[in-house]
Amino acid sequence: MSSERDEQATGAREAQAANLFDLRRIIGGLFVLYGVVLVIVGLGDSDAEIDKAAGVHINLWAGLGMLAMGLAFLAWGLLRPLGRQLQEEERKREERSGGASS
Amino acid sequence: MLAASDVRLDTNALDFAILGVYFVTVLGVGFVAKRYVKTSLDYFLSGRTLPAWITGLAFVSANLGATEILGMGANGAQYGVATVNYYWIGAVPAMVFLGLVMMPFYYGARVRSVPEYLLMRFDKRSHLFNSWTFALATVLIAGVNLFALALVLKLLLGWAIIVGILVAAVVVLAYITLGGLSSAIYNEVLQFFVILAALVPLTVVGLVDAGGWGGLQDHIRDSKLGEAGLHALQGTNPGDVTNPIGATWIGLVFGLGFILSFGYWTTNFAEVQRALSARDLSAGQRTPLIGAYPKLLIPAVVVIPGMIALWKIPGLGGGDEDLAYNNAIPLLMNEYLPNGMLGIALTGLMASFMAGVAANVSAFNTVVTTDIIEPYIAKDRDDAFYIKVGRYVTVGGIVVAIGTALIASGYQNLMNYLQALFSIFNAPLFATFIIGMFWKRMSPAAGLWGLVAGTIAALVTYVGYKWLDWFTFGSDLDESFWGAGAAFVVDAIVTVAVTLFTKPKPVEELQGLVWGMANEEDASTVAVHDKWWESPRLLGFGAIAAGLVLTIVFW
Repeated sequence: MSSERDEQATGAREAQAANLFDLRRIIGGLFVLYGVVLVIVGLGDSDAEIDKAAGVHINLWAGLGMLAMGLAFLAWGLLRPLGRQLQEEERKREERSGGASS
Repeated sequence: MLAASDVRLDTNALDFAILGVYFVTVLGVGFVAKRYVKTSLDYFLSGRTLPAWITGLAFVSANLGATEILGMGANGAQYGVATVNYYWIGAVPAMVFLGLVMMPFYYGARVRSVPEYLLMRFDKRSHLFNSWTFALATVLIAGVNLFALALVLKLLLGWAIIVGILVAAVVVLAYITLGGLSSAIYNEVLQFFVILAALVPLTVVGLVDAGGWGGLQDHIRDSKLGEAGLHALQGTNPGDVTNPIGATWIGLVFGLGFILSFGYWTTNFAEVQRALSARDLSAGQRTPLIGAYPKLLIPAVVVIPGMIALWKIPGLGGGDEDLAYNNAIPLLMNEYLPNGMLGIALTGLMASFMAGVAANVSAFNTVVTTDIIEPYIAKDRDDAFYIKVGRYVTVGGIVVAIGTALIASGYQNLMNYLQALFSIFNAPLFATFIIGMFWKRMSPAAGLWGLVAGTIAALVTYVGYKWLDWFTFGSDLDESFWGAGAAFVVDAIVTVAVTLFTKPKPVEELQGLVWGMANEEDASTVAVHDKWWESPRLLGFGAIAAGLVLTIVFW
């Protein structure tokens, strides 16, 4: 499993795995789910529930806010995939250490 | 009027579904993290690969335990705006100091834990002493968080105390055992956003109800706090103290802002560990600095709800136990939030409790495994052995924490118990670190005896006040300030005295460990940042300046 050759060969797979485990996608997914649920609940809120929150349609507004935040995290995670970012940084680090020793 | 039964949250199935989704996500992160844990460095320091925004948010989240949220909400109701001193004076400067001054030593020396720095700077004796006291401190603090969680579950949901303790312990145990520090840190970042998602809407609704900030100010002027509840530092002149906290600015700046706060933020490994897991020195330095910015703004969603609760909940802080200041934020949630948001709020509270437990348990398993078992008990085993030991230690730590939760149940005010623990464990350590980092003559023997003497000084102050009636102090909180001060001063005196009579460590062995001898040629430890706004100095002084401006605005 963890022989050196394996590790080199799985560079691309690790990048994929890193993407799967990207925290931005987890946060994004959770908040999109919460946002959608709250918006649906908020649309059906009774007057009594709105009055409870000082007249603020809080389920709806908070739901929209969470939806927006969740989508922003998903967009960030998809536009700058972690796997590629890691590879770029690795390259940069190699250049740096190469420059320092020469 | 508020009947006692109103304290119980009106939760329905939807709220519990929201909470359930959160638990599933947290456990899922643990399972996925498990697949990436290959070496013990992965398990204990996340392989030193995390970007600064993640470690920075985890840094502030590890401190956003529920004792912090409930405690500072309570202080908001009890003292009003003056509570901000705990943030802008009592936290941000110390966080900046950790990032700019201390991180180069911690990160540059490649230590895996705070006690390990003592091993390299001094010798095995102070290392072993501090490893044990630190392990003890973390399980005691984890126990406080577990007990506080059980209290809230009992109040809000009617669960028995022991059921609450066990449920929380099992969830935290599951995700830390699986994924080690990575899953603790990833979950802390997740928790940070869930906690905000709970507190921001609560604050917005409360402010709308109060008629904006101006309206809230009027309500506070009419309350028992009066005008004094609207100022951070007014009325803190010695001899003429009218500030609700009842302290002078000298006490606030030196007691809270210097000894207690620097001791906590710079030597508490549950915090420092987050910065050590960053991917390079620059990211490590930026960890507490990035954490400082949310810390500047958190009072807006913690202190303000506390103040709203003072106006909105009649009888808050009176004789009724259910209406204690500690319950200000949960009471306000029940007052305003309809089902749906109430589920988010409950999830945010649970998340913050688990953050406090998880931060301490993950620090505990690192110190016990890498500082006690690996160097002294089972040397030179393969990496897999230490990961396995780390998992068993986590289980043991949680079991002990369940026991210490029962100790915590004997204390009326948990925040004061926590402060007493910090004064005993962190204040002497801070004195030893600060002298050891700046004075290369300080000898290994002084490292040990300074720590021992400082710890004993704080212990004697505490025991003498609490049980033996040797000393009297204004309040429990006052005791922890004087205890911390005594620990700091005694540690410093003993350190200097012992150093003068013992042999210092050879200078060659102090490379990278003492001020002025940082190992700057080593390319792997040089701080590099790509963008101008990533400069640690800019971030650090920016945070201090922002805190200063805010303090003047709310003077």
